[in-house]
Amino acid sequence: MNITRRGFLKLSGAAFAAGALSDFVGQSTALAAEPLEWRLADVKETPSICCYCAVGCGSICSVKDGELINMEGDPDHPVNRGSLCSKGSAQFQLRNVYDPESGDLILNPYRQTKVRYRAAGASEFEDKDWDWAITEIAKRVKKTRDESFETKDSNGVTVNRTEAIGFLGGAGLDNEECYLVQKLARAVGVTYIEHQARI
Amino acid sequence: MTNHWVDLKNSDVVLAIGGNNAENHPISMKWVTEARKNGAKYIVVDPRFTRSAAVSDLYGPLRSGTDIAFLGGLYNYIFENKLYHEEYVKNYTNASWLVNPDYGFDDGLFSGYDEAGRKYDKATWQYDTEGETPWDTEGAFAWVNKPGTPAFTTPIGKTPKKDETLSDPNCVFQLMKKHYERYTPEIASAVSGMPIDRMMEIWETYASTGQPGKAGTIMYAMGMTQHTYGSQNVRAMAVLQLLLGNMGMPGGGVNALRGESNVQGSTDMAMLFHIIPAYMATPNATKHKVLRDYLEKETPSGGYWTNKPKFFISLLKEMYGDYATAANNYAFDMMPKLNGKNHSHIAMFEAMNEGTVKGLFLWGQNPAVGGPNCSMERNAMEKLDWMVAVDLWETETASFWKAPTIDPSTIDTEVFLLPAACHYEKQGSISNSGRWIQWRWKAVDPPGDAMDDGEICTEIVHALKDLYKAEGGALPEAITELTWDYMDENDHLDITKLARAINGYTVADGKVVANFTKLAADGSTACGNWLFSGYWTNEDSMDPADQPTGARDNTDPTRKGLDGGMGSHLGWSFCWPVNRRIIYNRASCDPAGKPWNPDKPLFKWTGSEWLSNDVPDFGNKAADGTETKPPNSTAFIMLPEGNARLFAQGMADGPFPEHYEPYESPATNALSSTQNDPAVVVWESASLGTKDKFPIVMSTYRLTEHWQTGGMTRNLPWLVETMPKMFIELSQELADDKGIESGDSVVIENNRGAITALAMVTNRFKPFTINGETVHQVGTPWHWSYSSGCSIGGSANDLTPNVGDANTMIPEYKAFLVDIRKEEV
Repeated sequence: MNITRRGFLKLSGAAFAAGALSDFVGQSTALAAEPLEWRLADVKETPSICCYCAVGCGSICSVKDGELINMEGDPDHPVNRGSLCSKGSAQFQLRNVYDPESGDLILNPYRQTKVRYRAAGASEFEDKDWDWAITEIAKRVKKTRDESFETKDSNGVTVNRTEAIGFLGGAGLDNEECYLVQKLARAVGVTYIEHQARI
Repeated sequence: MTNHWVDLKNSDVVLAIGGNNAENHPISMKWVTEARKNGAKYIVVDPRFTRSAAVSDLYGPLRSGTDIAFLGGLYNYIFENKLYHEEYVKNYTNASWLVNPDYGFDDGLFSGYDEAGRKYDKATWQYDTEGETPWDTEGAFAWVNKPGTPAFTTPIGKTPKKDETLSDPNCVFQLMKKHYERYTPEIASAVSGMPIDRMMEIWETYASTGQPGKAGTIMYAMGMTQHTYGSQNVRAMAVLQLLLGNMGMPGGGVNALRGESNVQGSTDMAMLFHIIPAYMATPNATKHKVLRDYLEKETPSGGYWTNKPKFFISLLKEMYGDYATAANNYAFDMMPKLNGKNHSHIAMFEAMNEGTVKGLFLWGQNPAVGGPNCSMERNAMEKLDWMVAVDLWETETASFWKAPTIDPSTIDTEVFLLPAACHYEKQGSISNSGRWIQWRWKAVDPPGDAMDDGEICTEIVHALKDLYKAEGGALPEAITELTWDYMDENDHLDITKLARAINGYTVADGKVVANFTKLAADGSTACGNWLFSGYWTNEDSMDPADQPTGARDNTDPTRKGLDGGMGSHLGWSFCWPVNRRIIYNRASCDPAGKPWNPDKPLFKWTGSEWLSNDVPDFGNKAADGTETKPPNSTAFIMLPEGNARLFAQGMADGPFPEHYEPYESPATNALSSTQNDPAVVVWESASLGTKDKFPIVMSTYRLTEHWQTGGMTRNLPWLVETMPKMFIELSQELADDKGIESGDSVVIENNRGAITALAMVTNRFKPFTINGETVHQVGTPWHWSYSSGCSIGGSANDLTPNVGDANTMIPEYKAFLVDIRKEEV
C-alpha cells in the first residue's frame, strides 16, 4: 500500500491563490521598493482561518520555496480586518520556529513527524511506518468489534453496535473530516462517540 | 450564535455573562467597540473582574453557579415594571398558550417528579389543547405518497387553547410571572453575592432593550454551560431575550462564544453520541426498533422539522449509496442503536473504567488534561487494550502511561500515535461561532510523515474494507458497503468530492442540489448534512473558490432594496442555514412587516414585497412564487408552535429555569429546600466534598495566551514566553487569611486530587457575602499538565468533578469546592 503523502496543491487552488490575492502581492511589491529587503517579496500567499477560538479570523500564509515563512491577519477578512490576537499571531509556530542558536527557520521540534507505537508494557515509543500502523490498527478494530458486536438486544431488536470502542474528537478537524470520522465510527457500530463540545 | 460577530456592532446593550470575550475571543471586542462608539453599553457579569470587566461600562460580580437567581430576579423586575416588549411577547412567544391545569411547582420541584428515578413525568407540563390538525397528505405533505418514501403514520397536530389577553392563570405568561415572584432583588443579591445597587443598575440598563426598536445581545460561554443546570442557564438567557424582544433582531440574540475553531462544525457533524449529522436523534433500540418507528417518533406535527424524513433518508443514501434501497429500509439497520443508557464523555470513561470500552480513538483530543476529574480518566485509560491518538503533539493522553508516579511496565495498553497535519497543511471548511462555513486553503505540505485526519481516516476505512472482504466478520456489509467514493485519480482523499456529497446531490444524475429544499424522502437524493446544503453548489467547477463556502466578497450591500451596511456580508463564505446570517429574523419586524428599528432594518414589507438585508427565516414565497403577505407571526419556524417557548416541555429538569446550588457549594439553597438539580445522576467516582472540609469555591478558565489542554500553545515558545506558568488567582483577603503572598507555591486540594500553582494575589477576586456569610472564590486556568512542550504545571482538571448537567452531561467545571494552603518548602 502506497500512502506516502504527496498532496500537491490542486491546480485550481493555486490559481485561486494567484488571482484573489493579487492585492497582497501588490502590497508586497510596493514595500519591497524600500531600502531594506522585504522578506515577503515573491511569496505565495494563501488565505487561512485561525485554528484557536471560533471567531474565525482570517489569516494569510506566506510561502517561499515551499516553506512557510510568515503568517499574519487577513486585511480583507470582514470580521478581523487584519487583526489577530496573541494566539492567532503565533499560528506560524505550529510548524516553524527560529532556532535560538542559529536563528535559522526550523520545524517546531515538538511536532510529531513519525508514526509512533508503544507496545504493551514498554517504557518508550518506537518509530514505525504508515503501512504497518494502518494494518495493525485495522486488525485491532476488527478484533475488538467482532468480539463485542451485538446484532440484537435482549428484546430481539436489531441494534448492530459495539460498546467496546470509543471515539473522541475533534473540534479541531475540518468539517469534511468530522463527517468522515463519525461516518467511520457509525459504520463500525460505535455508540460512544464524543468530542470537545460535550465538555 | 443566533447572530454573528460583525452584528455585535448593531447592539444597544451588550451583556457578557459566563464568558470573558476580551480574553478568550479578543477580536470580538472589535465589534463590541464598534457598538460602543455608537453609544452602546457593555455589561460584564462574572465572579472575577476579568479582562472583559476591565473594559466594561458596568461590572457585576456574581458567585459561580448563581446565574438563574440573577436572571430570575431580572424577569421579576421586568414583570413588575412592565418592561417586556408586549407586542413581541404576545405574537412571537407561547405566552398566550394554556398549560395543563394539573401543572404545578412546589418548593423546587415541578409536578411529575419521580424521586427514585431522578426524573420527571412531563404529562402535566403539556399544553391544554382542543381539536386536532392532521397532515394534508393531498396538499403540502403529498410527498409522503411518492413511491420510494418509507411508509409511516403521519403526525397529528394538537390545536392549543390560548388566551390572547395573557390573563388566564394557566397561560404561560401568568405561570411564568408567578414562578418568579420569589426572585426578589434581596434574594437574588443574597444568593449571588452581587451588591443590590449594582444589580439594580445592571437590570435597569439591560431591561431598557425591551423598548421596541432597541436591541440587547448576550455573549456567553462555558461560564454558563459548565454547571449541573447549564442547559437551564442557557434557556434562562433565551427566555430573557424573548421577554425583551431581542431574538431575531440585528444586534440581539443569544450568542454562544464557541471556544474551539470548529466546535460548531464538529457539533453540526454530530461527533456526539446522541445525534447524527445535522441534529437528528441517534436511533435508539427502545424508541426506534425499525425505520417506521424512527420516522413516526422523530417527525413533529408542525414546523420545518416536518421535513426530517427527507433529511434522514438522504443521509442514509449518502452513507450506503446504491446499497440503501426502499426494500431494505435504506440500510436503517446498519446504523448502531443506542441502548437507552447515557453514552456521553463522563459515561464513556466510567465504561472504560469498568472494562467495557477496550479501544479508543482520539482525533485531536486530550482528555488526560481536559476531562473532568482527569486523574480518574487517566486511570481508566490503563484498562484499554489499545489507543489510537491522531495529533500534532505527543499529548498527555497519548503518553498517559508516562505520567508521574506510574510504572509503564504495569500498563498493557498499546498506543498508536499518528502524526497529523495542522490546519494550513490541508484544505477543508471550518464553521465559526456565527455559523459561517469558511474555506481554508492549503499553504504547505505537512512535515515528515504527517498526514491530515481525513486521509488517515480514509486509510483506516480502506484497510477495514479489505479485511472484512477477505475474512468476513460481524455484519461485514456495514463496512464493505459503506460509500467512500471521494478518491482522486491517485487514490487519495479528494475533499472537494466529499464536499459535494455533504452538500447533497440527486442520485439519478449526480448533480449537486441547490439547497435542502430540494431533498426528498424517496431515495432520489443523497446528502451528508442538510444544514450544509447550499455550501457547494457550483456544478461547473470543483474549485472551492467558485463555491459559496469559498466566496470572498467582503462588501456589505443590501440583499434587496434597502441600504445595506448591516454587517451581513452575504458574499463572504456560506452561513448555515441557506446563507442566513441571523436566525429567527422574521422577529426583527412586527407582524405587519415593519422593522422594529427602522434605522437598522433586516427586512421591510412594502405592501407588495419584502425588502431585505438577510436571507429570510420565513416563507416569503408561496409554492406558486407569490410573496406571502403579512400580517403573520410565525417567527420560529423550527418549532411546531411557530412561536418561541418561554415555557419548554423538552427539558429534563423543568419547563422554567429554577435556581439550584452546584453539587459542591458553600451555600444552602435560599429559594427552595431542593438543594441540587433533581434530575442529575451522579456517579460515585465524583468523590464529592463538602464545605466543612473544602470551604472555597473554585472555577477554571482560559487565557488569551493559551488554549484548552495546552497542546496547541505550550508547544509554542512565543506563547509560553508571554504566559509561562500555571497560577492561582486569589483575593488579598483570602491570601491574608492563609498567609500566602504573590509568587508563593500554593497547594490546591479536594477529594479528587491536589495540585500546586503559583499564587497571584489580586483585587480581581473579592470575597462574596452569601446569605450573610463570607465566601471566598479562587480560579485557575486549566491549560497545564505534566508533560508536552516548553511548560509544564498542575492540571486544574485533577480537581474538577465528573458530575454533569441534567440535560447534556457537560461537567460542572465552573463551580466546585477546594481548600488551599501555602506549600511548605
